[in-house]
Amino acid sequence: MRINTFFYTLRQGFRNLFRNKWFTLASIATISACLFLFGLFYAIVMNFAHMVKTAQEGVAVYVFFDDGLEESRIQEIGELILKRPEVSEINFVSAEEAWESFKAEYLGDYADGFTENPLADSANYEVYLNDVSMQSALVTYLESLDGVRLVNRSEIVATTLTGVNALIAYVSVGIIAILFAVSVFLISNTVTIGISVRREEITIMKYIGATDFFVRSPFVIEGMMIGLIGASIPLAVIYGMYNVVMEYVTTRFTMLSSLLSFLTVEEIFGILTPVSLGIGVGIGFLGSAATVRRHLRV
Amino acid sequence: MATKKKKKSTAAENEIITLTNVCKAYSTGAPALKDVNLRINRGEFVFIVGDSGSGKSTLIKLLLRELTITSGYINVMGYDLSKIRHRKIPKFRRNLGVVFQDFRLLKDRNVYENVAFAQRVIQKSNKEIKRNVPSILAVVGLAGKYKAKPRQLSGGEQQRVALARALVNQPTVLLADEPTGNLDPTNSWEIMKLLDQINQNGTTVIVVTHNREIVNAMKKRVVTLRKGVIISDEEEGEYIDED
Repeated sequence: MRINTFFYTLRQGFRNLFRNKWFTLASIATISACLFLFGLFYAIVMNFAHMVKTAQEGVAVYVFFDDGLEESRIQEIGELILKRPEVSEINFVSAEEAWESFKAEYLGDYADGFTENPLADSANYEVYLNDVSMQSALVTYLESLDGVRLVNRSEIVATTLTGVNALIAYVSVGIIAILFAVSVFLISNTVTIGISVRREEITIMKYIGATDFFVRSPFVIEGMMIGLIGASIPLAVIYGMYNVVMEYVTTRFTMLSSLLSFLTVEEIFGILTPVSLGIGVGIGFLGSAATVRRHLRV
Repeated sequence: MATKKKKKSTAAENEIITLTNVCKAYSTGAPALKDVNLRINRGEFVFIVGDSGSGKSTLIKLLLRELTITSGYINVMGYDLSKIRHRKIPKFRRNLGVVFQDFRLLKDRNVYENVAFAQRVIQKSNKEIKRNVPSILAVVGLAGKYKAKPRQLSGGEQQRVALARALVNQPTVLLADEPTGNLDPTNSWEIMKLLDQINQNGTTVIVVTHNREIVNAMKKRVVTLRKGVIISDEEEGEYIDED
């Protein structure tokens, strides 16, 4: 392609945006609306998943040892636990630390009556998991270890969190599929209307001897520009809204502050920006290329 | 692949359009063209006449390769149009100027851009476009209106723009489908004079028309179609009425 043909095609693509103002606006609005919903949904789901993950990270399994177990065996058990792939962190809590913590949490001044540590056999490992759904398997393994007297866990919390995780995954896939289908339908309708208005123009170009590439290029550039603008608008709006909404929710629901751990705007937009721009430009490219193609058989 | 057949004789070399036993049938209804044989030589001026439904438009569409034949053989400017590949069609059409009854100008572009568009399609440089477009606009008498949009022009002027666009790439063949159909008698004659002038400069001109007065006055070759069949083909012919 000659350089002036390249620039001509590029210029025509940009000019088309203004030549067909209503079509351009309708297409941008459609893509923006779809990607706004997508972005909103993505931000909500990601934060929700983040909160569940944070909650999961707080779920621990407690491993108690046989009476009088040697310190070297306790260390060995610690090393064995750490080798497990589902384990993210492990803390050793001595009997003294366990008693101090219990006193501070439940007894306060009433603890003065105790002369001996009633939790003398309570040295344990606090084991944190990176995947709470693996809790049962880990517990079975821990119980099989020599020197382990008791393994305490909260099964209800683990099961609930695993269930919530699965639910988030299903709902995400479902809503994304619906949003995608609606987007494709709306966008292809808008593009079809826009192109059919210009069918005559395409026919004239073909009669004059324009190649399919020459005819298609300005439309494709136009489609990609519409996609880019259509994706940028909801990104800007969500970016503006995000911190305001997070701050409002945190201050309004202070009692839930321990549960509400939000992702930062950078964490959300690190993925949302390229994905939204990719979807916008991709839909613009495919929509315009496919629709023009139908009219090229002249 | 588009087949540019090697020519066998001088007579065949001079032949620029060849239709042999061409039939065209649409999926619905009666055949539009039946067993059409037609030979047009380089530099000829030919009128194709006939009433509505006679097959004139189908013939033009076949020559443009907008439609394909059902059977027979069709060759235009060395291209076997029954075998030409889709990607070769643009190159074929670049040697073919086309003018329509409804002008078919790009409405959102001015006169200059409409004509320049044909040059851009064949990837002429800006320098060449700036030289060729004003010169062809001068030929059709529109040098002073290059900035006007089609809606600001009369029917005759719009048809001149269409003619300028068809001619700017110096086509070998010019196809005009009812070029005076939307014009008053004065403008019709102006356009026909221009077509005659173009023909005298060496371009083969094929005009499909209903205009009896023009056909009878110009004393050119006249091919008459009726119900998809050529019923007459005469040098310096006349318009033949259906009844």
